Amino acid sequence: MMLKNRHLLGLEGYPRADIAKIIDTAFRFREVLDRPVKKVPALQGQTIVNLFFENSTRTRISFELAQKRLSADTVNFSASSSSLKKGESFKDTAKNIEAMKIDAVVMRHPTPGAPWHLTRFVDAVIINAGDGTHEHPTQAILDMMSLQERFKRLKGLKIGIVGDILHSRVALSNIYGLITMGAEVTLCGPANLIPLHVGELGVQVNHNIDEVIEWADALNILRIQRERMGIGLIPSIREYRRLFGITSERLDRHQKEIVIMHPGPMNRGVEIDSQIADGDQAIILDQVLNGVASRMAILYLLMGGQETKPE
Amino acid sequence: MKLEKLSASTILRNGTIIDPVAEKQFKADVLIEDGRIAGIGGQINHEDAKSIDCSGLIITHGFCDLHVHFREPGREDKETLATGSRAALAGGFTRVCVMPNTDPPIDTPEAVANIIDKARELPVHIHPIGAVTHQQQGRQLTEMGSMRDSGSVAFSDDGLPITNGSVMRMALEYGGMLNVPVINHAEDIDLRNDGLMNEGAVSTRLGLPGNPAAAEINMVHRDLELARTTSTRLHVPHVSTAGAARLIGDLKKQHDGISAEVTPHHLFFNDEDLLGFDTNLKVAPPIRSEADRQGLITAIRQGVFECIATDHAPHTTEEKEGTFDLAPFGMIGLESCFGAVNRILVNENDLPLMELIKMLTVNPRNIMGFDNDLLTVGEAAELVVVDTGAEYEFSRAHIQSKSVNSPYLGRQLTGKIHYTISKGNLAVVQ
Ligand SMILES: [Zn+2]
Repeated sequence: MMLKNRHLLGLEGYPRADIAKIIDTAFRFREVLDRPVKKVPALQGQTIVNLFFENSTRTRISFELAQKRLSADTVNFSASSSSLKKGESFKDTAKNIEAMKIDAVVMRHPTPGAPWHLTRFVDAVIINAGDGTHEHPTQAILDMMSLQERFKRLKGLKIGIVGDILHSRVALSNIYGLITMGAEVTLCGPANLIPLHVGELGVQVNHNIDEVIEWADALNILRIQRERMGIGLIPSIREYRRLFGITSERLDRHQKEIVIMHPGPMNRGVEIDSQIADGDQAIILDQVLNGVASRMAILYLLMGGQETKPE
Repeated sequence: MKLEKLSASTILRNGTIIDPVAEKQFKADVLIEDGRIAGIGGQINHEDAKSIDCSGLIITHGFCDLHVHFREPGREDKETLATGSRAALAGGFTRVCVMPNTDPPIDTPEAVANIIDKARELPVHIHPIGAVTHQQQGRQLTEMGSMRDSGSVAFSDDGLPITNGSVMRMALEYGGMLNVPVINHAEDIDLRNDGLMNEGAVSTRLGLPGNPAAAEINMVHRDLELARTTSTRLHVPHVSTAGAARLIGDLKKQHDGISAEVTPHHLFFNDEDLLGFDTNLKVAPPIRSEADRQGLITAIRQGVFECIATDHAPHTTEEKEGTFDLAPFGMIGLESCFGAVNRILVNENDLPLMELIKMLTVNPRNIMGFDNDLLTVGEAAELVVVDTGAEYEFSRAHIQSKSVNSPYLGRQLTGKIHYTISKGNLAVVQ
């Protein structure tokens, strides 16, 4: 096996050497993506099911593209969460997959821990494509790859993560990954949307966005979910923008070189201004491309692709 | 486990008796005739008696559990009064109080009488706890007086907190008039919100919505104040936080109508045990932090808790195999109870065995007003014979419940039930 763990369930406790290896491999696949013929036969004859219990067009497309570039066979399975609530058993779905002799499962599920649960019923490689408010490890890996591309290192980098940390799988996986790789992390957002005990994960909390901008090498701006408005979690968009919004006036004031990231999809004019999102400091589209490369690397390393070197 | 009728004469030989009423420990034989204690003393001779060798074993009162869910009527696929009785015997319990959150709930005198009727021939004593409010909806008081007269020993809407303070106050006053304890599942549901486990570093790591300690502390505080100001009887169930334990300890100094229980699982596990997303550890109130667990043990030493209660809550494997959000709250606990609390309290925390036995026998009986001087000639035999030193791995073979949702499976426990004697029956557990 090319990585220590058989699955990629989360980045909590994930070995530093393996994160480094995934990122290195991802850079080599990135070169493949820049060629005219963007396909390698690494996973020929292997079958992957994309099991999405929750809509996520971006993540699913990114995975699908990665799978096609590696010549794997792909099946998509979407189950609405309503059918789950009706009592269709998670176990039955899992057992069906098991019966179909699938080599790997990429799963998005609204419940924390669902991928761990799946390992009990399915004997395939399992990749977590987001489990509720818990982890989103492939997103964190592509974020780290994008940082490494820009800064040539992760160790010692100062990263601010801004927004609703409490409900964010992106934030949690980034925290685990970045701390493991030796970066420093400061969380910034409304106090009621930052978990009370998050300090125990080795991060700082600062509710003053201007101080965080001064401190950070890069900001990862989280999407503000509109469904969180109006139930008391965020008083108003106007207030949020004033306290935490990455507006052009705010960045102009700081006169500082800072890298801007966003996992998408963006709410332009809410957590981030269009001028910033489309500006020179943003690496948001690099993240998208690196997402495909990272996922290729993860699939390749976990599925023990035939030893055809990506270069 | 083998369940048989007691022989006309049975002698428990060479055991060590722990009498939790006299607080004495001594070696003696126990003669049981026609289901009643006929003699306690050294070297009893009786020609035709069946002899059970109890050397190296402890003989004491059968255990009493104030808090079990036997799911009858309504969810007989999870547990019935009959299967629950077997689980009780396997855990050394001869007497249990069943919570009324069945389907339909036990909220009328007729429903209470129905439970009493069905339990009559079963091998353990089963006492119904009646619902406080109609349909457990937290609004209209049930006919508590008539239900008490039909055999309801206490009142609770367990599973659901009584959120309306005014209703809780009326329930306490009415219960006080009837001299029965009122038991409120103490969680502030607004603070609990959609919490699935204890709020803390572990819930943050797992991304699971947290249920803060304040949800319990807040509700316990309200209930204690109401009981104090109305001078009524309140029993606080399954206390999970050090904070609530402290409040209970303080209020007990001012008002003697307060009693409280703690479960084995809140003493045995802490929230780090949920790191593998084991749905069998999804309970309400949740398994708390190590600091809370230690706080509960300290509170036991200080006498805050009268009793251990299991909150035995069977659920089907299908339900518990669901994802963490959909799996129901609760675990079974009767069979593993003694091995768990004996290990944690006596072995690891030096609580005298006598104190633990009292928490399983005479103390809960006193709360419910059951007669308690069981080691007396003429009393119906309600006894348990236990090897307090036995260390073993808890397994499916130890479970008699219809459900198997136990997080103790695969865990090391200390203390094994050998025999339980109850209502003229002998359960050979080992
Ligand atoms: Zn309860």
